[in-house]
Amino acid sequence: MATPELTSGARPRLRAERRRWGEDVIKGVLALCALVSVLTTVGIVLALLEPALEFFREVSIREFLTTTRWAPLFEPASFGVLPLLNGTFLVTGIAVLLCMPFGLGAAIYLSEYARPRVRRTLKPALEVLAGIPTVVFGFFALTFVTPLLRSIGLQVDIFNALSAGLVIGVMLIPTVASLSEDAMTAVPQSLRDGAYALGSSRLQVSTRIVVPAAISGIVASYVLAISRAVGETMIVLIAAGQLARITFDPRLSIETMTAFIAATGTGDVPRGTVDYNTIFAVGLTLFVITLAMNIVSIRLVRRYREVYE
Amino acid sequence: MRMNPRKITVLALGLVLLLTAAACGGGRDGDDEASGTTTEVAADGDRLSGRIEADGSSTVGPFTTAAAERFAGVQPDVQVTVGISGTGGGFERFCAGETDISNASRPIKDEEKAICEQNGIDYVELHAVNDGLAVVVNPDNDWATCLTVEELNTIWRAEAEGKIENWNQVRADFPDERILLAGAGTDSGTFDYFTEEINGDTGAIRADYQASEDDNVTVQAVSGSRGGMGFFGLSYVEENEGEVKAIEVDGGDGCVAPSTETVQDGSYSPLGRPLFLYAKVESFGRPEVQEFMSFVLENNAEIAEAALFVPLTDEQLETAQAGFDAALAEVGA
Amino acid sequence: MSAQGLRLRSRSRGDSVRGVAFQALLLFSLAIGFVTLGVLLVDVLQRGLPYLDGALLTNPPSTDPRIAGARPAILATIYMMGILLVTVLPLGVGTAIYLEEYANKERWYNRFLDLNIQNLAAVPSIVYGILGLAFLVRGLGLGRVLLAGALILTLLVLPIVIVASREAIRAVPDSIRQGGYALGATQWQVIWRQVLPNAIPGIATGSILALARAIGETAPLILVGALTYVSFNPTLMGPFTALPIQIYQYIARPQEEFKLIAAAAIIVLLVILLTMNAFAIWLRNRYQKRW
Repeated sequence: MATPELTSGARPRLRAERRRWGEDVIKGVLALCALVSVLTTVGIVLALLEPALEFFREVSIREFLTTTRWAPLFEPASFGVLPLLNGTFLVTGIAVLLCMPFGLGAAIYLSEYARPRVRRTLKPALEVLAGIPTVVFGFFALTFVTPLLRSIGLQVDIFNALSAGLVIGVMLIPTVASLSEDAMTAVPQSLRDGAYALGSSRLQVSTRIVVPAAISGIVASYVLAISRAVGETMIVLIAAGQLARITFDPRLSIETMTAFIAATGTGDVPRGTVDYNTIFAVGLTLFVITLAMNIVSIRLVRRYREVYE
Repeated sequence: MRMNPRKITVLALGLVLLLTAAACGGGRDGDDEASGTTTEVAADGDRLSGRIEADGSSTVGPFTTAAAERFAGVQPDVQVTVGISGTGGGFERFCAGETDISNASRPIKDEEKAICEQNGIDYVELHAVNDGLAVVVNPDNDWATCLTVEELNTIWRAEAEGKIENWNQVRADFPDERILLAGAGTDSGTFDYFTEEINGDTGAIRADYQASEDDNVTVQAVSGSRGGMGFFGLSYVEENEGEVKAIEVDGGDGCVAPSTETVQDGSYSPLGRPLFLYAKVESFGRPEVQEFMSFVLENNAEIAEAALFVPLTDEQLETAQAGFDAALAEVGA
Repeated sequence: MSAQGLRLRSRSRGDSVRGVAFQALLLFSLAIGFVTLGVLLVDVLQRGLPYLDGALLTNPPSTDPRIAGARPAILATIYMMGILLVTVLPLGVGTAIYLEEYANKERWYNRFLDLNIQNLAAVPSIVYGILGLAFLVRGLGLGRVLLAGALILTLLVLPIVIVASREAIRAVPDSIRQGGYALGATQWQVIWRQVLPNAIPGIATGSILALARAIGETAPLILVGALTYVSFNPTLMGPFTALPIQIYQYIARPQEEFKLIAAAAIIVLLVILLTMNAFAIWLRNRYQKRW
């Protein structure tokens, strides 16, 4: 009779006497799948690193990180990345302030309040929002949201961080809502029943039982949303502007790192020049920042994740 | 759990709607024939086949596209593709030998030339069509009807950043109205050309104007603000007549309004600009490329108009033809 | 027993005011998304429906708005989405299974993998374009072909599928697995027959979101060689364009009519998306369970 083995880190398992090589093959194949993502990262770093290094040979890292003027294609040129960072974080901040609470709210409603048939229709309908091309969202921000903001009295520039941020936020609501809702649906019903049996209201069950139980999935959706907001290219290119400046006023035009990369990458700048290599330097900066963000968030998630059963 | 019948019905209805709409035809005027081409399909014996690859400037793209479209009416088996990697990207591919034609809104730069030489890519530069860069203002702007190049420079140069904010700083008798500037982004040929001609150096411009990839957006910026001012190609002026107004530019010889004629005869200076097609000499060895290029030259006026550009003058056409003939001679055709 | 389970409701007054306010807030959250969607759809439908005709579906692009269509773009988008589904699902779900069922979470390389995947979700789409250009088009020598576009989109949306699948697999109660092992099943048997079927709804969500993201992307495709003018139908290893790129092209043209044609093309894109997602949605509904 096989004895239960405690393999390090995995749960206790009963193992069959005969070794099944098929299992090993499968594990190998799956590990290869996982390898693809590693190769992707390696590829990205390689593709970015060489031209970025070339760039940094001409422009010192210190100048890049501390100068406050970004004007690489102007005469005289200036290569300080801070304005771009500022633009990216301003837009991302607005987007996140919108999609996190409202995405979660939508998810709670779908999971705890809506009838199954309503949920089955509403959830895919919301996901259609995620499918609208970012080009369309960009023009929506420019031609609908900006005039709308102006009509309620906000003096926004024709390109501004607020419109872009709001639209990105709305675009990300389905992502947060769908994934969070999946997580909440997976919380065992017995937990809810117990709470109801003790006399809790739906509000209490939702916020004190279900959400904490599903926090892993919810946080995963948040991280995905933030990542997506930081990396969003088209909407900011069309609606946020190409005026790199340092400001906290969302009504002004700014330029994000992604918009700069997209505009310059598909533009008329000759390849191989310092001007062109700015793309790689900015891309690398973006990569490093998101890496740092993700390291922090993984630590946080690990601390707070609850496992049921 | 059964499949939700409602979902299927909705989807099916959607598809049916789509197909019905497709079958019933739409709200477009005109029939399905190609618009007014005077060419007809080549006889069977003269049919060519093959692929021609063009890439480069997104400004010149529509011209090459219009040419390709019309060419397909004559030689339907020749596949012409047009990309928009940008003038710089186009040259990169061109000098690596990947494309046959490079669309360019500016002449090839020295560093790009060097790469072409290094890779043994011999090319011919063809001034293919003209374009005018219009300077536009808001339709309610009744004071700036004509500006000199110096005045434009005062407004747009780098030193003006943060300082020239009002129209009355440009000319004493202009009203007190805030200037709002908009135009092409830093990575476009339009930007390069404008800054070079008005401010003396490519890239020399104040950094606080509303830059955009899409000239339609510049139109919106200018039409939305009384003191607005912008620059873009003539084609956008024609299509947006009520929303923006082109001003006359005084390049030293009096005020000239931009138009087909003034661009062609050079009086709209300095903002009339040439647009280029660079062709690989080696590609000229292929009959379909020869046919295509000669088609472009022969039907220059028609293609230019379709793409909303300014056709070449007879003189410019002759020069282009000469360049074409020289390339032909080189490949011994 | 109904899927919702029994619900006992509390009747205290203070709670019900808060409860109602909370519910209103939740509905508001939902409303934001739907109102925006509604406004967008109404605008697009209003502009595009009259132009949704045979010409759009059967003609190649043109500088003449009267006959301009988007046939090559439509076909290319459908092909690419098809290839995408076939490649991203096995890769994504496979990675998720590996990470959740096989990988020892204490090992550094698995934690690195974790971090890696999360990070990839944040990389801007244009950087994927640069990657594709360097390694797929030039490195592997694929050239500027449809396959390269499809593959780069696969890499772009892979993190979405992985994250969603992982959460789905994680949510399957362990007792199910233990029961399987107790009956003598191997690890793979348990995964294939117990875990995966129960994780289908989450995986379906992942695939829906992934497809939605991929269908609307332009930047990486432009860098990998998507064209603006191609008049013939796309093939796997041939030049290509894509519907969002065609839409952007038409929007940026000066003539007003092109913007309306662009709106019609957007409708076509949404229909393609809905059709492709319909199967996933059906699957999700069918396999959804409450534990």
